[in-house]
Formats: sequence, C-alpha cells, structure tokens
Amino acid sequence: MAYATLAEDLKELHHPKTWVGKYVWSQDHKVIAVQYMMTAIAIGVVALVLSDLMRLQIGFPGSIGLTPEKYYQFITIHGMIMVIYLLTALLLGGFGNFLIPLMLGARDMVFPFVNMLSYWVYLLSVLVLVASFFVTGGPTGAGWTLYPPQAILPGTPGRDWGIILMLASLAIFIVAFTMGGLNYVTTVLQARTRGMTLMRMPLSVWGIFVATILALLAFPALFVASVMMMLDRLLGTSFFMPELVSQGQHLGYNGGSPILFQHLFWFFGHPEVYIVALPAFGIVSDLLSTHARKNIFGYRMMVWAIVIIGGLSFAVWAHHMYVSGMNPYFGFFFATSTLIIAVPTAIKVYNWVLTLWRGNIHFTVPMLFAIGFIFTFINGGLTGLFLGNVSVDVPLSGTYFVVAHFHMVMGVSPILVIFGAIYHWYPKITGKMWNETLGKVHFWFTFIGTYLIYFPMHYLGLLGMPRRYFEYGHTGFIPDSAHMLNAFITVIALVVGASQLIFFYNMIYSFFYGDKAPGNPWRATTLEWQTPTTPAPHGNWGPKLPVVYRWAYDYSVPGAPEDFIPQNVPAQGTDRHHKT
Amino acid sequence: MASLRSGLRHIGAVNVKMAMAIVVAVLIFGSLAFHFLTPWYFTPIASNWASIDTAVDITFWVTGAVFVAINLFMVYALVRYSHRRGGKASYEPENAKLERRLTFWTAIGIATLLAPGLYAWDQFVTIPDNATVLEAVGQQWAWSFRLPGKDGVLGTTDIQYVSDDNPFGINPSDPYGKDDVLVSDNVVHIPVGKPIKMVLRSKDVLHDFYVPEFRARMNLVPGLVTYFWFTPTKVGTYDILCAQLCGIGHYTMRGTVIVDDQKTFDAWLKTQPTFASAAGAAQASNSRGLPAAKVKLAENRN
Repeated sequence: MAYATLAEDLKELHHPKTWVGKYVWSQDHKVIAVQYMMTAIAIGVVALVLSDLMRLQIGFPGSIGLTPEKYYQFITIHGMIMVIYLLTALLLGGFGNFLIPLMLGARDMVFPFVNMLSYWVYLLSVLVLVASFFVTGGPTGAGWTLYPPQAILPGTPGRDWGIILMLASLAIFIVAFTMGGLNYVTTVLQARTRGMTLMRMPLSVWGIFVATILALLAFPALFVASVMMMLDRLLGTSFFMPELVSQGQHLGYNGGSPILFQHLFWFFGHPEVYIVALPAFGIVSDLLSTHARKNIFGYRMMVWAIVIIGGLSFAVWAHHMYVSGMNPYFGFFFATSTLIIAVPTAIKVYNWVLTLWRGNIHFTVPMLFAIGFIFTFINGGLTGLFLGNVSVDVPLSGTYFVVAHFHMVMGVSPILVIFGAIYHWYPKITGKMWNETLGKVHFWFTFIGTYLIYFPMHYLGLLGMPRRYFEYGHTGFIPDSAHMLNAFITVIALVVGASQLIFFYNMIYSFFYGDKAPGNPWRATTLEWQTPTTPAPHGNWGPKLPVVYRWAYDYSVPGAPEDFIPQNVPAQGTDRHHKT
Repeated sequence: MASLRSGLRHIGAVNVKMAMAIVVAVLIFGSLAFHFLTPWYFTPIASNWASIDTAVDITFWVTGAVFVAINLFMVYALVRYSHRRGGKASYEPENAKLERRLTFWTAIGIATLLAPGLYAWDQFVTIPDNATVLEAVGQQWAWSFRLPGKDGVLGTTDIQYVSDDNPFGINPSDPYGKDDVLVSDNVVHIPVGKPIKMVLRSKDVLHDFYVPEFRARMNLVPGLVTYFWFTPTKVGTYDILCAQLCGIGHYTMRGTVIVDDQKTFDAWLKTQPTFASAAGAAQASNSRGLPAAKVKLAENRN
C-alpha cells in the first residue's frame, strides 16, 4: 500500500492517566465538547439574566433603578454573548466537537492538542469579556454592533476600558475559533472512516462542516475590524473615524469611514447568522428523521441547500445597511440576492415537514423541540422577507420589528434546536437518562413563552417604536396600550427565564440520580449510537473502527426486521436502492 | 409521590401529540387573529410613500398565506402520522418532481415580493427635480435644521468651521451660505404637498432621521452627506426620533416636524434667523464669489 489514510487507524492514542489529564487538560474531543458546552451555557445564563433586567426597564420603567448607562451596557453584552460566546461556541465548539468524530467514525479530531488549546483560548476570551464588568466605567454600551464613531467616543458607556476589553475579547475568540475550526474541517475531510463518503454523512455534520467553513472565511473580517477600531481608540488612527466634533471638542481624527466598519462587520455578521443556523438546520434534520422513524426527505437536496445557502450568505451582507447612507443603488443588488437565499431555505423547511409526512412520529422531548423549531423558524424566516426587501425595510429598520425578527430566527429557533439536541444526545454524553415529564414542561414553557414574547413584538415595530430606547417618554404616536404590551412581554420573559431552572434541575439531577441510559435509546442509525460503551471511551471505538455500508437515514426500510438499520450494518437482502 | 409521577407520565404520553397539534393550530389562528385585530400597526401615513405600504401589504399577504399553509400541513401530519402500535413510516428517500415543483412555486412567490419592493426602491432613489432642500444636522443629542435662503442653495460646510458661534459649520467665505435659514431648536416646519429632499449631516456619530408617519428615513453619517426624499401629504405635527444608537442620550434625541400649509410655512420662515443675521454683519460683507468656494459648492450640493 502506497500510503495510509487516517481511516487505516495506525496512530496510537495516548490515554491520560490522571484526573487532570482526563477532565481538565483533556485532548479528548468529547471532554472538550462538554467544556465548550458548560462554558457557553454558563456565560449564556449571564446574558439571559441581563435580558430579564433590561426587559424590566422596558416593561416597567424605573422599577429596578437601572440607569441609561447600565441599560446600554446590558443590551450590548447580552447581544454579544448570545451571538458569539453562546451560540457560535455551543454549536461549533460544543456539538461540532462532540458529533464530528463520533458521527464520522473517527477516534478523535485530527489535531487533538490544537483542539484543547482552542477551548482554553475560548475560555480566556470569555474571561476577558467578563472582566469588563469590573473595570472603571464598566463594559461597553455601544450596542452589540459596536458602530463607530460612538463606540470609542465619550458619550458611550465603557468608553475608557470596556470597549478595549470587548475588542480584545473578540480577537481572542477568533483565534480560539480558528484553531477549532481548522480541526473540524480537516477532520471531516481526512478522518472519515471507511465507507463514510461525503454523501453518506449525517446532515448534522454537513451543517457544522459548512458553517465552519463560513466562519473561517467570515471571522477574519471581524478580526481586522476589531484591530482597526482598537488602533483608532488607542493610537488615534482614523480607519473608521472622520473629522468630527465630539461634545464641543474638535478631535484629531480625519478621513476615516464609519461605513467601512459596517461593511466589515456585516461581511462577518451576515454569514454569522448562517454559522449559527446551518448547524441547527443539520441537527434538527437528524432529530426529525430519528424521531419520525423516517428518512430525511430529499437528502441530496438538503445537502445542496446547505452548501448554496452558505455560498450565498457572503453576497447579502449589506441588507443590514439599506439606510446606512451607503450608495443607495446597492439596494437593488442586495435585495435580490437576499430574497434568492429564501429559495433554498424554503426547500429545507418543506423537506422537514415532508419528513414528518407519512412518518411514524414519536413525540419525545427532542422531537417536540424540533417541531417547535419548524414553527418558530417559519415565522422568523418569513419576516426576513420583509427586512431583506429594501424598500419594505425602510420603515421597519431600527425598530422592534427587527428585534422580534432576529430573536425569532436566530435566537429562539437555534436555541430550541440546541435544547432538543441536548436532550437527544445527553444519554450518550452522560450515560444517564433525564426525566421526561420535566423535559416536556420545560418545552411548553420555552416554546409557547418565546412565541408570546416575540410575535407581538413585531407589531410594536410596525407602530414605529425604535429599538435601543431606555425609555419612550412622550410621543404623539405611541399609545398607552403599547406600554402595556411591553409590560406583558416582560412578564412572559421573566417566566420563560425562570422556567429554564427546570432544565438545569433536570440535567444536574439526572446526571447524579438518573436512570442508566441504554447505548442507543432512540434506536438511531448514526454511528455515535453504535459505540461499544456509553459514554463512549477515549478513542471512541475500542479496537476496531466501524465500517460504514449505508447512508444515515435507513429508517423503516420495507422488509427489514427493525425500523432502523445502523450505518455500520452490512448490506442485507432488504436494502432498497437510493441515490447517495 | 410515585403515583403522582406515573400519573403525570401517563397524561403526558396520551396527550402530548394532540397537545402539540392543538398548540400549533392555536398559535397559527391566534397569530392571524392578532394580526387582524391588533391596535398596534403602522401609523396613518403622512407622505407620498404609499408604495412602501403597498409592498408591506403584499408581503403580509404572501408570507401570511405561506405561514398558514405550511403550518397547517404540519399540524395535519402531526395528527395523521403520529406513532401508533405497529405503525410504520413510509420509505421514500426523495421525490425529485415534487421538489422541483416546490422550488418553482417558491421562486414565483419570491419574485412576487421582490417586484413591488424594487419598484418602490426605484422611486426612493430617484429624487424629483423640483424637490426643495431641507438639511437636518445631528449631534449628541439634538437636532437642528438649515434651509437655503432666497438663492435656493445651501452654503458649503466643513466640520472644521464648527464652533459655538457657527454650530452648523457653514463656510464663512461662501456667499451662498449667508442667506441660509438656521433652525436651532429641534422644531422645524415644512410645507405640505411639496417634495422635499432631506440632506443629512452629523457632527459626531451616526444618527437616524426617523419620522414613523413619513416611512422614509436615512442615517446621518459623520464625514458624509446623506439624503432621501419624501412629499408630506398631511398637515400636522410629527415626532422625529433618532433611530440609530448614538450614545447614552440616544433615547432623548427627539425633534418635531410640523407640516404646514404654504401660507403658514412662509410666515414661519420669515421669523427664522439667517446665517448672516446670526453671525453678525461684520463677516457678511467680505469675500463675494470666491472661485474656490464655488468648486466646493458643486461637490456638496447634492
């Protein structure tokens, strides 16, 4: 044999002998995945609490004595944590790490040491972000988009230290992500086991794989934007700063462009939406298929839709900038490209629903979350057709319609998938089973509650209420009833926030006292459920790697004795031909 | 406790599929009912941008129909294909014909949305020749306004001229600036029925000139002069809100625009100071018609 592929499995694994080696400085992708998940969820709880505090100010102004400084700091850090440090880290660092090697039949990531570094550098970025709460002036209050010039001028909270730590933390995060991301891409391309062709990969891996490529291409734009703004702030350069008069003072800036920052930010920021969405799309496809006992409908179309959406996501960024003052003729191009991206996205939705159609639907907790996702995502996706369509965006831009839209589509929707995914893979990760009743109660609170929060919020935006307002004071067009609706939304937000305690109780209690989970509780086909022991050991597969003989969706094959055939089961007489 | 738990589990197992279908159905029809009954909707339009409202209406009808259709189909699937003892799912990896049809009709739907959107945008970017100019100047956290005087042309400005005596930064040697009318108190009047080109400048950070009733709006960007246009169609008093986060006082950055009939507007205009009258006669007399100033003017006129 001329060369050995990674699937030849010749490399010896060095098993750590100490507790610290196993669980702290671990190079095991499964441990790193859990480290990523725990850190992301912990910092996510901070963002959740911040959102409830700001909701109290919006719904009941003055009730908790929030100052405008604090209010703007809270909205900024809430948004930044949720988008970057929770969703991106949890979906790629968490599920990417856990699922890629297990689903592809690999022993680990291709570069385990770099993988470990990725987590610790990510943790550092989180700590730098948290540190900004404890410095003079507190964290930045520039809004999560950090638009200059205001982000680095007096008049914005956290101008002294907060903004510096924020930019530094982003740069560190991107370093961390790049180490992880190169690993995910290389592992997908190089470490698939025998028989695992690209078109046999589960859609979870496809979603994570394409999202990682997007992130590797998009984050550099944010990185340079952060570095340039840091230079503007610390050294007085003028990348984004024109000549201006700040609070009566002529500053030394000259010739920079605030709109350049917006282009860089959204060149990252729009793919970022899909960096979060594509893993969620992939994972939810697998949840629906498994719990409906039916193959995902139109697998090849689903793969190509992921790839096409990923590609198009780099050609739509300026739909965030229709009223930014950029050349208005850009609007024609970006509205068209944005609405085109709705076609492959719609196909994904059809195929999810068609997977349920003529299925054998088991209403397990993961399935409830997956169905909740479909409903929420349809809603959030359709309101995107308002905001993407240039002239329709004009009256809605910067209002609560935007807030409602993006929370529905990239807040609630991926979070529902994440919860579904945690319930789905928890038995494999921990070897324990959670309490089903508590899981269902958690689902109902979260699904119905979030819809009650965000659906009516669109109409406050139609009315014309701008976002990022500490209070509304007197206006001629906002009736008292709008303030009552805001109070209602706040009450629901507090309930939904508190109901997450059910989830944490269930996860922690079950970890210690839950029933022992079987190795394949959902009778699923994909490789992670076929490990020799549960939880999977270091190296995942025991002495021999699994060999793959079929695609990931052989559910309810006619004539087969069971309603699922794992990917590592050799061909049988009952096999049906399908194109993969 | 144990019996309670098993009881709950029993209820959950029997009812969860129906509960899911019913909840989704209630959310579908509840959303529709909310949409048609809501007291919170667009303010009555007070400008020419009915084409934007039309595009929004079309988008609501198309997306609303899709929302109801897909979700009702899902509710049907949840009820019809929920797990039954001995039940089995069908095995159909793909259906190329169905997927092609769905793609085709989705593309038609998208084109239906895009056409009115781009049509309205084409109007939006086309400034009528007869539009009169009104400049709005933003700073943390106040609005001020400038109208061209009798010459019909705004004087050139530069941020370096901004001072306590010259808050608009008008070029003191530009003759076109002398008769510019300056409104420094957050309240501006405009005449009804005439197209207005709003010219926007910021002295410090990003702002956004947002009057919900006019629909049209645009950011103010330091270092740039941005613009948009509209024709006010209803006499009345309207709030101006800054809609681009501009620092800690963002939510206090309000103004008022009063749409008058022509007579009232003319009377108001007469009472407003000009740059020359505000700056004093001393600077007003020197430097007529400098060639350099004219070149700059051409760049800045928009």
